[in-house]
Order: sequence, then C-alpha cells, then structure tokens
Amino acid sequence: MTHKYKNVYIKDAFTIAGPYESDGPLSKYFDVKYQKDLYFGEKSWEKAEIKLMKESIEKIMKRNDLSENEIDLLIAGDLQNQLAVSDYAAAKFKIPFLGVYNACATSSESLIIASNFIENKMTKNCLCAISSHNMAAEKQFRNPTEYGTPKPKTATFTVTGASSILLTNKKTNIKIESSTIGRVIDKNINDVNNMGAVMAPAAADTIYSHLTKLNRQASYYDLILTGDLGIYGKEILIEYMKTAYNIDLSNNYDDCGTIIYDLDKQPVLAGGSGPACSTLVNFSYIYKEMLKNKLQKVLIVPTGALFSPTMVFQKESIPAIAHAISLEVEL
Amino acid sequence: MNKADYQKLVKRKSPKENWIKNGILVFISGGILGSLSELLLNCYATWLSIPRKDAGILVILTLIVISSLLTAFGVFDVLVNTFKSALIIPITGFAHSITSAALEYKNEGLILGIGANIFKLGGTVILYGVVSVYIFGLIRLLLVGG
Repeated sequence: MTHKYKNVYIKDAFTIAGPYESDGPLSKYFDVKYQKDLYFGEKSWEKAEIKLMKESIEKIMKRNDLSENEIDLLIAGDLQNQLAVSDYAAAKFKIPFLGVYNACATSSESLIIASNFIENKMTKNCLCAISSHNMAAEKQFRNPTEYGTPKPKTATFTVTGASSILLTNKKTNIKIESSTIGRVIDKNINDVNNMGAVMAPAAADTIYSHLTKLNRQASYYDLILTGDLGIYGKEILIEYMKTAYNIDLSNNYDDCGTIIYDLDKQPVLAGGSGPACSTLVNFSYIYKEMLKNKLQKVLIVPTGALFSPTMVFQKESIPAIAHAISLEVEL
Repeated sequence: MNKADYQKLVKRKSPKENWIKNGILVFISGGILGSLSELLLNCYATWLSIPRKDAGILVILTLIVISSLLTAFGVFDVLVNTFKSALIIPITGFAHSITSAALEYKNEGLILGIGANIFKLGGTVILYGVVSVYIFGLIRLLLVGG
C-alpha cells in the first residue's frame, strides 16, 4: 500500500545514544550521548531504556517549546514484552498515546501512522518515539546478558538508544513525501543468528512495490537505506533485487546496521540491529545531511524480524516486514 | 524467488565458520583447562593428604567458585567469545549458566526472579543429567553387575 503526502513535514528529531553507539563513527550527530555504562543511573535494563525514551520525549518538547497539551498524539514502540518501555514512558506525559510493534521496523510503522493522521487533518502534529536497549533485548529474546555463548559472524548487535521525531502539518525543509506499507514475508529462514537473511526479502518486496507503484527507478533516490540487515544481509538484498526484479542497488544503497558502528574495530559482528538502529542513523546523520541539502531524496526502509522465541522453539520460521518512507528536501 | 532458491542464496552469501581453527583452539584451551585441573587435583591430594576422589570434589568446587566470580565480574562471557566451547562444556559452563541467570533476574525479586529463573539454562543439564545417570547406571548394572 503506497501513499503520497502533500502536507506532512518533519519539524525536529532528537536522538540519544548509548556507549557503543557514541564510540561509533556517527557520534557527533547524536543529541545526547551516554558513555559510562548501560544502566544510565537506573537499577535495571528495562528502567534504563524507559529513561532514554522519556528523556528523548522531554527534550524534543523542550527544544521546540511545546507543552504536553500542544502535542496531539504520541506513537511509540520498543522491543519489550507488552511494549513496557513505551507504556511506562508515555505514562509520564498527558498526551494521547498509541503503542505500536513491528520489531525493528517499528519506527517506520509509527511514522506512517502519524503521517496518515496529519495528512487527513485529524491531527496537526504527532510525536513518534522509538527505543531499544542492547541488554534488555538480550534478556527478552535470548539468554541472560552475562551468559557467554559463541556467536556466528552473521549475528547482529542490538543498538542502545532512543529517538523522538516530531511531525507537523506546517511546512519545514524536510517533507515526508510518500510511504509504502510492507507485507509480511516468510522465506523459511529460522536461524535466529542470521536476521539479515530473514529480513532481506521483506525489504526487497517493499522497495520493489514502492518503486513500481510510484513508477520510479531506484536511481530516483540519492540514497536507499535499509534498517538493520548487517553486512551479509546487505549483500543478499543487492543480489536478490538484481535476480528477482532486475533492479540495481549497487550505487545508491546502504544499510543503517553497517553505518552506525565501526565494524572493523567494534565487537558487533555483522552490524547493528534493533528499532533504534535505523532511527539513530536516519534521524541524526541522514536528517542532518538533508538539512544541509547534501542529500535531497532518501528512501528509508526500516526492516523488522517478527521474531518470537516461542514460535521458533515450536519449529516455525521467522516472518519479516519492512515499511518504506520517502524523505525529500523541500526548500 | 522461491524459498529453495532463496536458501541457496543465503548459504552462498553467509560467511563460513572456520571449524578447523575453532576446533584446534577449543582442543588446546580445553586441554589446558583440564591439565590445570589435574595439577590442582594432585596439589589438593598432596597438601591435604586426602584421597584423589575427595580432591576431585574440591577441584570441582574451586572451578565453580572461579567461574561464578568471573561471571559476576562480567569477564566470563568475554572469555567464552575468545575460547569458545572450551569453557562452556566443563562444569565451569554449568556454574556460569546458573550465576548469569541469577544475576539477570535479581531485579524481579528472590522468589519470582532468582528462584523461578536460576535454572533457566541449567535446568536442562540437571534433568537430563539425572535421567542419563539412571540409564547408564542400569546399563552398567546389567552388563557388569554394578
């Protein structure tokens, strides 16, 4: 499902990064950096993540001089069971709240819902908040965080961070030009340590559908960015697009998971993952490059592995999803 | 692209793990750990003038304490990344699984946190350990008569 928007703009974006991300190559683009440890002064990983999301919401409101009743809607998502992080962060604000989950594609899901509210004049503005926490995610989806187990090279490293993005119907320099809601794709991959392979076909399906519906070539965009496929998933996607759709992505395509860390120096295996991976790259580095007019047309395609440990233990494969959003500079 | 073709593409693009290198590394580091334990066993037997069987229990206790402490200090998982299964297979890995689970769930309290989750990983080892003891015990009884 693809839609074009006439009056949805990004007013501001606020990003908070954890220690590994602050050590990475995009360090200078983040608004707040926590460099000491992953607790951020809290007693548990979950509380630490709630703090990040809450802080990102507070600070974007403060920077834009907005009070709680001036924000029409808060849409938030994270990786915890029952969306605990978003729920507890939203409880601190008197703003109508929608919690959303599409794993690591949650950011684009929330932005698309927000864009539709604004485009249809149901709200004037909308705040989208997204977070993930390396340790909280490990505890939730895998083993106790201190439990060491040898990991293959295809495994990825969950990004710790939070971001809040403020959308508005008033013109700014960055427009949300169009969006494509993806389909759930399951190619029978059940390797929990190779999420890039799980998600690449979903990204391919969404990118192809977006380009076809809008009758565009891949070269229409200065950059196409998937969320967290990692180095191997990225290679799989390039070949998949070439073989299945005859679309060449080799010139203007990259993956946020491979940009956010220094893959040679940091212990992150195939790259970053998690909902915060794509938002920290898209709404710090890419957003600021667009504000400087160095990039004009960018297609962001956050990718989500809809991974449930229960279903994988029941011998099911892992479905995946990707939603695309086209950002354009409008001077 | 159908599922079979896609799996072939994934297989082709995914990096190969170096089984031989990992195997040699684990063989040597696991062997060193075993030799050190044997040395410790001899030391205990000599210093404390106790039978080798009793000294063996002390060695196991020592290894459990060391690996639990290393887990608590956040070192053990880093060592596993380097030495891989050499540290996971022996009793050290079992102690590590118990300690890491206890640490992880301390925030959820003594009963529903630590109590309910401490054997999250180790439970499998205990259950099938006990089951195998019965099976192999029975086999031994039938073959050699006890």
